Amino acid sequence: MADDIILLDFWPSMFGMRVKIALAEKDLKYEYREEDLRNKSPLLLEMNPVHKKIPVLIHHGKPICESQIIVEYIDEVWKDKSPLLPSDPYERAQARFWADYVDKKIFELGRKIWTTKGEDQEAAKKELIGCLKILEGELGEKPFFSGENFGFVDVSLVTFSCWFYAYERFGNFSIEAECPKLIAWTKRCMQKESVSSSLADPFKICGFVVLLRKKFGIE
Amino acid sequence: MADEIVLLSAWPSMFGMRVRVALAEKGLKYEYREEDLQNKSPLLLNMNPVHKKIPVLIHNGKPISESMIIVEYIDGVWNHKSPLLPTDPYQRAQARFWADYVDKKLFDIGKKIIWSTKGEEHETGKKEFIECLKLLERELGDNPYFGGENFGFVDVSLVTFSCWFHTYESYGNFSIETECPKLIAWTKRCLEKESVSSSLADPRKIHDFASGVRKRLGIE
Repeated sequence: MADDIILLDFWPSMFGMRVKIALAEKDLKYEYREEDLRNKSPLLLEMNPVHKKIPVLIHHGKPICESQIIVEYIDEVWKDKSPLLPSDPYERAQARFWADYVDKKIFELGRKIWTTKGEDQEAAKKELIGCLKILEGELGEKPFFSGENFGFVDVSLVTFSCWFYAYERFGNFSIEAECPKLIAWTKRCMQKESVSSSLADPFKICGFVVLLRKKFGIE
Repeated sequence: MADEIVLLSAWPSMFGMRVRVALAEKGLKYEYREEDLQNKSPLLLNMNPVHKKIPVLIHNGKPISESMIIVEYIDGVWNHKSPLLPTDPYQRAQARFWADYVDKKLFDIGKKIIWSTKGEEHETGKKEFIECLKLLERELGDNPYFGGENFGFVDVSLVTFSCWFHTYESYGNFSIETECPKLIAWTKRCLEKESVSSSLADPRKIHDFASGVRKRLGIE
């Protein structure tokens, strides 16, 4: 029986992109459905009544929500190809820790950079750079966060890279200048088909942010 | 080689208690070290340099941080006894979802009830808190535990908040039992388990602790 997989998503979402990468890593066919977040579909509201958010993976009619949880689910079900989490429990705990770190920090700080000005923006910029440097330290000399192979932490972070241009543009700084090894890592990830086919175009993301800023009345 | 397990925690922390419940479920011996969060030990700062928070589990010298990650680690390593996560990937995803819901909602909303001085924020906090508990109660349904027939991952994530209920009720001026009787019945069922009753703090001591912090913050 063919796997019946539907992904409810919103094209700029770095969270949705994580799921797209995981599905691509496992070579899975699926139906992609774009959601209009100002007018959420009955299906989305039915499949994620608790948070009403994307992404939602619907596998054989059953929903899974929260991007990291979905990625782990995909990794467990289709475990014979391109494992994303290591098999050792300690290494798994470390991978979950760093993916959780990305979740706790990067989105909110990035958001503050394009929604605030002056002192608030400067503080957010400084903190974001601090976090990216910590991540860069964790990457070390390895090609990927997981080591030799692309893995769970790589999936959790790389999708933010298509938002870097927008952060830099509105925050007036260069992430490459601050974290060259991290940018080298993003380029290495982009050489993978699963990543390059899943990430949005940074210029389109920037255009999207321009529209949002107008909508929120941010100068 | 015998396993060397150290737990860095702070006695009122519902997050630290989760780890104690998991260790007890697996019948594990460990060294408990109480941290003074106003004066964190060099060991804590060394073992969790990123967040500098408890709980931290140190297993054979290697640290694991973030309570639900620690619980999942314990469940993965000592998988011969009392499994906390189901084996089916879909059920596992659902368990992780609900534990994540507890993490995203209860602590931060509960804070508004206990530490907030502003009337509106306090009222909103109370309303949201009750809504969250009712949603969790609906998810429990008629099962004895969130894990179904057996105590599991979601039960661990939520039950440790129950020793803080008296404090939430006192400062929020409401009764959780009136709003969510099935949930309170579930907490009592969990407390019949040795692993839970030996790990949760005394609700009156929690209340005294909260009162002390409020005095220190000038809001008592």
